[in-house]
Amino acid sequence: MPEEPGSAYDALTDHEDDARWAYGTGFTDPLAGVSSAVPGGADREALTTYCLMLGDDALIMSHRLQEWVTRAPEIEDELALANIALDLLGQARLLLGRAAEVEDAGRDEDSLAYGREAGEFRNVCLAEPADADFAHLMARLLAFATWRLALLDRLSASADPVLAAIAAKGVKEVTYHRDYAARWVVRLGDGTDLSHQRMQAAMTAVATQTGELFAVHPVEQAMAAAGFGVDPAQLRPEFATVWSQVLDAATLEAPADPAVGVGEGRDGRHTAALSGILDELQSVARSTPGGVW
Amino acid sequence: MTMEAELSDDERTFHRTIERDQRVEPRDWMPEGYRKTMIRQIAQHAHSEIIGMQPEGEWITRAPSLRRKAILLAKVQDEAGHGLYLYSAAETLGADRADLTRRLIEGRQKYSSIFNYPTLSFADVGVIGWLVDGAAICNQVPLCRSSYGPYGRAMIRICKEESFHQRQGYELLMTMMGGTTQQREMVQDAVTRWWWPSLMMFGPPDDRSPNSAQSMAWKIKRHSNDELRQRFVDMTVPQAEALGVTLPDPALTWNAGRGHYDFGEPDWSELTRVISGDGPCNALRIARRRQADEEGAWVREAAAAHAAKRQHAHREEAA
Repeated sequence: MPEEPGSAYDALTDHEDDARWAYGTGFTDPLAGVSSAVPGGADREALTTYCLMLGDDALIMSHRLQEWVTRAPEIEDELALANIALDLLGQARLLLGRAAEVEDAGRDEDSLAYGREAGEFRNVCLAEPADADFAHLMARLLAFATWRLALLDRLSASADPVLAAIAAKGVKEVTYHRDYAARWVVRLGDGTDLSHQRMQAAMTAVATQTGELFAVHPVEQAMAAAGFGVDPAQLRPEFATVWSQVLDAATLEAPADPAVGVGEGRDGRHTAALSGILDELQSVARSTPGGVW
Repeated sequence: MTMEAELSDDERTFHRTIERDQRVEPRDWMPEGYRKTMIRQIAQHAHSEIIGMQPEGEWITRAPSLRRKAILLAKVQDEAGHGLYLYSAAETLGADRADLTRRLIEGRQKYSSIFNYPTLSFADVGVIGWLVDGAAICNQVPLCRSSYGPYGRAMIRICKEESFHQRQGYELLMTMMGGTTQQREMVQDAVTRWWWPSLMMFGPPDDRSPNSAQSMAWKIKRHSNDELRQRFVDMTVPQAEALGVTLPDPALTWNAGRGHYDFGEPDWSELTRVISGDGPCNALRIARRRQADEEGAWVREAAAAHAAKRQHAHREEAA
C-alpha cells in the first residue's frame, strides 16, 4: 500500500504533543519561572494545611464532575463538564503539589490524594454531595465557582508567589465555570414549568449548604493575616450579589440566606458521601501496593 | 447509446470529481446511494466515539495517579469532541443529530463492536489506547482522503488526536511493565483479552464484506479489510516485543517471503455474535446511552423553551 507524498498521512508524523489533544489538558507548566522557595517567616504547617484546603476543594468537586462523563444532556455539555473537571483537577494537582513542597516531608500530589483518610481531607462539604439531577449539579457548580472565583481573585495577590500564580491561572478557568453554570441556571429557571420547579428546588437545597463557605477557620484567619491567604468572610458580599443576579435573571425566588456555618469540612469532619468518593478514587492505587503509574 | 450519454450532467460531474480524487462538498449533487452510505458510515463512526467513551470513562474516577486521571479525562473528552465533529459532518448531508441518536438507542444503527467488551482493570485503559486506538488509526488514516469533504477533513483532525492517544496508552503500559509483578500481569491479561477483538475491528475478511466494493468504487473506502488488518499486525508485533508482552496467537510468525507477519484466523462467529447484539456489554452500553438521553430530555426541552422565549422577546423589542 504505497502512500502518496503530501497526503494526509504526513500530518500524522509531526510530534507536537499538546496540539494533538482536541481540547488540551494544559500540560504547559503554569509555574514556569515562579520561585518555589517558601517565603521566609511563613508558618509552614499552616501554609501546608491552607494549600490542602483549597486543593481538596478542587479535587473532590472535580471527582463529582467526572461522574457526569457519559451522562450529560448534550455532547456540548459532555465537553464543558469534562473541561471544568480537568481545570479543577489541574488546580488540585498544583495545590497538593505546593502543600507537599511546603510540608517537605517526602509526600507528593499522589500520596496526598491517595494516601489520606477522609478525616484528613480539608475540603468544604459543598464539594461532596452526589447530584440528584442536572439542576442540582448546576446549582452546586454556580455556588462553588462563584465562591472560588472570589477567593482566587484575591489569592492572586498572595505573598506566596506559587499560590499567587496558581490563583491567577485559576481565575481564568473558574470565570468560565461560573459563566457556564449561571447560563444553565437561567435557562432552566426560565425554561419550562418542569425545569423551573427543578431549578428552584436545586437552588433552595444548595443555598442551605453555602453557609460554611464563609466560616473562618483559624488556619484561614492566620494565613489571611500573614498575607498568604484570603479571609472567607470577605467573599460573602460578592457571592450574594452574583447569586441574586442569577436568581433574578432565572425568574427564581431567592432562598433564605443560610447562617454562616461552622466550617466542619475544613476541620476534617465530612458528610458520609466523602468516604464513598475516596473508596472509589483510591481503589486502584490502594489495591496495587508499590505500583508505578 | 454509450453509458456516458445516459448520465446527466450532475452525474458526470460527480463521477469526474471522484475520478480526479477531488472532494464532494455538501452542496454538490450526489447519488442518493452515496448520500445514504455516507450518512450511515459517518453516523456509525460518531456513535462509536460516543459509546467508546464508556469503557474507558468508567476508570476516570478510579485512575491511580492524578496525572493518569488528567490524561484519561482529556482523552475521553476528545472522544466526545470527535463525536461532535462527526455528527456535524453527518448534518451537512441532511441528517439530524437527535434522529441519529434515536436510531442508535433503538438499535437501528450500529457502532464499533469493540466497545461491547468490558474493561476489567486499569491496564485495559493502556491496551485500549495501544491496540484499539492503533487499529482505529489504521482504519481511519485512509478516510482522511475520503471523497466526502467534511468527513475527510474531520478525519485528519481525529487521526492526529488518536495517534496521540495511542502513544499515551503505550506509555502507560511501558510504565506498568516497569512496575510490580502484579502490574505486569495486569498488562498481559489485558493484552490477551483485547488482541483478537482488535483484529476484528477491521471487519470480516474481504470475501465476506458485503458493502466494500461500492465503497471502494466511490472512494469512500480506500483499502480492503484484510490489507488494513495486515498493516496493523505488522505495526503491532514489534511494539509488543518492545513492551515484553505475548500476543495470544501461536500462528503469529514472520514470513520473509511475503515480507509480512502471518497470523491466525480470528473467530468470526464471535464477531457476528457481538455485531448482532450478543456481546458481553451491548445491552449495558445502549442502556447507559439511552439513560443519558432520557435523563437529559427535560434539560434540552428547557433550553429550547428558553431560546424560544428569548427570540420572542427580541421580536417584541424590535416591533
